[in-house]
Amino acid sequence: MTTRTLITLAAGMLAASSWIPVAQAQDSLYVPSMTYRTGPFAGGGTPFADGYADYFNMLNERDGGINGVRIVVDECETAYNAQKGVECYEATKDKGALAYSPLSTGITLALVPKAPVDEIPIFSMGYGLSAAAAGDKFPWTFVYPASYWSQLSSIIKYIDENGGVEGQKIGFIYLDAAYGKEPIPLLDQLAETMGFEVAKFPVGVKEMQNQSSQWLNVRKERPDWMIMWGWGAMNPTAIKEAAKIRFPLDRFIGNWWAGSNNDLNAVGEAGKGYLAANFSGIGQDFPALQDVLTHVVKKGMSKVASEDDVGNVLYNRGLFNAVILAEGIRVAQDMTGKKIITGADMRDGLEGINLTEARLTELGLPGFTGEVKGSCEDHEGGGSIFIQQWNGSNWEKISDLIPPMSDVVRPMLEEAAEAYVSDKPNWQAQTCG
Amino acid sequence: MFYREAGQFKTSYAADQALLPIRQDRIGLGLILLVAFVAVPLLASDFFIGSIMIPFLVFTLAAVGLNILTGYAGQLSLGTGAFMGVGAYACYKLTTYFPDINILFMVLLSGIFSAAVGVVFGLPSLRIKGLYLAITTLAAQFFLEWCFIRIGWLYNYNDSGAIEVPQRKLFDIAITGASASPTVRYLVIVSLVALMTLVAANVLRGRIGRSWMMIRDMDIAAELMGVRPLYAKLSAFAFSSYYCGVAGALMVFFWIGSAEAEAFDINHSLLVLFMVIIGGMGSLLGCFMGAAFIWILPIAIRAVPQMLGLDVIAATTEHVSNIIIGVLIIFFLIVEPHGLARLWQIGKEKLRTWPFPYSSN
Repeated sequence: MTTRTLITLAAGMLAASSWIPVAQAQDSLYVPSMTYRTGPFAGGGTPFADGYADYFNMLNERDGGINGVRIVVDECETAYNAQKGVECYEATKDKGALAYSPLSTGITLALVPKAPVDEIPIFSMGYGLSAAAAGDKFPWTFVYPASYWSQLSSIIKYIDENGGVEGQKIGFIYLDAAYGKEPIPLLDQLAETMGFEVAKFPVGVKEMQNQSSQWLNVRKERPDWMIMWGWGAMNPTAIKEAAKIRFPLDRFIGNWWAGSNNDLNAVGEAGKGYLAANFSGIGQDFPALQDVLTHVVKKGMSKVASEDDVGNVLYNRGLFNAVILAEGIRVAQDMTGKKIITGADMRDGLEGINLTEARLTELGLPGFTGEVKGSCEDHEGGGSIFIQQWNGSNWEKISDLIPPMSDVVRPMLEEAAEAYVSDKPNWQAQTCG
Repeated sequence: MFYREAGQFKTSYAADQALLPIRQDRIGLGLILLVAFVAVPLLASDFFIGSIMIPFLVFTLAAVGLNILTGYAGQLSLGTGAFMGVGAYACYKLTTYFPDINILFMVLLSGIFSAAVGVVFGLPSLRIKGLYLAITTLAAQFFLEWCFIRIGWLYNYNDSGAIEVPQRKLFDIAITGASASPTVRYLVIVSLVALMTLVAANVLRGRIGRSWMMIRDMDIAAELMGVRPLYAKLSAFAFSSYYCGVAGALMVFFWIGSAEAEAFDINHSLLVLFMVIIGGMGSLLGCFMGAAFIWILPIAIRAVPQMLGLDVIAATTEHVSNIIIGVLIIFFLIVEPHGLARLWQIGKEKLRTWPFPYSSN
């Protein structure tokens, strides 16, 4: 009874298997792009993927690639789903992939252990495993330019500089998932050492769009400041609720995934004053972005819906992701003297990255972000962020770069890295210095 | 012509009661096993094994679990994802507590935890039926998912909040963890799935399985004939959840390698339910067909533009693949509401009279 269909099926699958791995011609650099242009979070995934692809395409059009080698950006759709992400990884890793930016915590966690085996670095920019900032424990994973913990410490610093945190009550509203809970140990520790009080307001994944009970509690608790670790539909809902209970929005700070144009367009004028952390410059007023406009967008090679989308928060973040990878490729080419590099060379390149302000200016991105300098131990490389404010229709940068409290954060990161590695006997670490 | 049992005489009760009484079926199954155990590991690429066959088998096992409950015992469940999660988290806890005990043993053991949880959430089935029961299993889904997020002990208080698979060995070959090759992981899974499908096939045609089907077809009649609903329903929940739990453990340990609570959300439950409905309720073959339809077909569709050398955006292919799958689901349910397995059965009946369909058989 079970027979023939299964035979045909199996035969069909066997036949199918032969075409899947397509070898890439080795005269170009292959950079996979995991995108989520579909699924529940597509609103944020689309501008990110556009910025990422457009920067590499701009390098191809303007300079003929990096040191004369063209870059092939290959998109693979994950829909933010870990299973599909792993499938994308398996499908593309043999094509000479230089680095992966998984763009989802779930996918990152699945890929981190695979990186040393396949010798392809993982560059999870501002998401994933904070502990990966400890390069000696995580040789193949990078979290430039800052980890979540560094970000939180910078936000607290900002609050401290704008009225002081001592004796204040800080509300922490977060997505009740691993992502939202991650900064809590640091928050508790800082509350103790800096003398402020913390009130926590978890928002379940299923109640992202219905937060009235949480904000009722906020009204009861009367915090002086609010910090949000939000994501997707949770952000506009929270800002609307905050406005509804007349919480002063200029005392409400979102993290860098709670401060995009998509989040705030839905809120509009009502969200005026809301603050958010960010690490990638805002707007089109950078020479590199102008080059993207002339060489890619105006030639119709971009997937952006309109030219105005170029320069929004997530677009620029995707672009910055590509900038760091491109810089890693350049460093790796210089280090090895080869034009066509491998994933292992790329790892060394990413570790040797040194994006100073001078270098950023050379790249056409003056003042775009803080310095990013990697090393064997430091896979976070800088950690500075700035604060931006919503003016009712767009974001404005309102603070200088705020470096993290490395003295507090770094030991915690190293401890977390130690804990991650401790129950993995065959973990591949590296010795530095 | 070729598919006829003419001339195959049974001379013993054992032969008459065999799982596959027709010789052609036995040959066919042998060929499938040969392909699955020899040809695929030897010939197929890593991507084919790791991203198509392994997930396909994991989903098949989960679908077998759900089919036992929904297809054979008639108890609708929306909690499959959560029961898979229980298996995965149990396996993780067990293997981190007892790292020296063989992981395969732990995988099989973790199903028992899942079975226990399944029995607890199956208790309402003694009072309520159909859609109402589906709602209570939905409660299981949400409650267990909440536990996976909220109870730090379940994931050993990791900062990442996810369970991560440590490396484990069998005969000195790594079978879990990143360095385990897809082929090895595939062989482990395919052996387990084959074994467990065989067990399920035999349980289902035995006394227990028949009591489930009696409950499904008419519970009052079954009760009057001496089937105890308490035992029948709860054993169905236990058996089904055991399979789901093992599938969940396999999913995390032999396929993805790490899992957050979101991996076991309601969408996951629905995916498995679709597999069962598309494949065919009350058919083990249907589980394989349904899993192949839901998991493999989208991958195949997504690969088409690449094969033809068309430059299509990945997101577009994703949209198109969703549309095609949706249309096919509607098409198949209109043409054959009893699923692919029923289509295959009809095909087989036609095959027996082929090429002379009007001759009496």
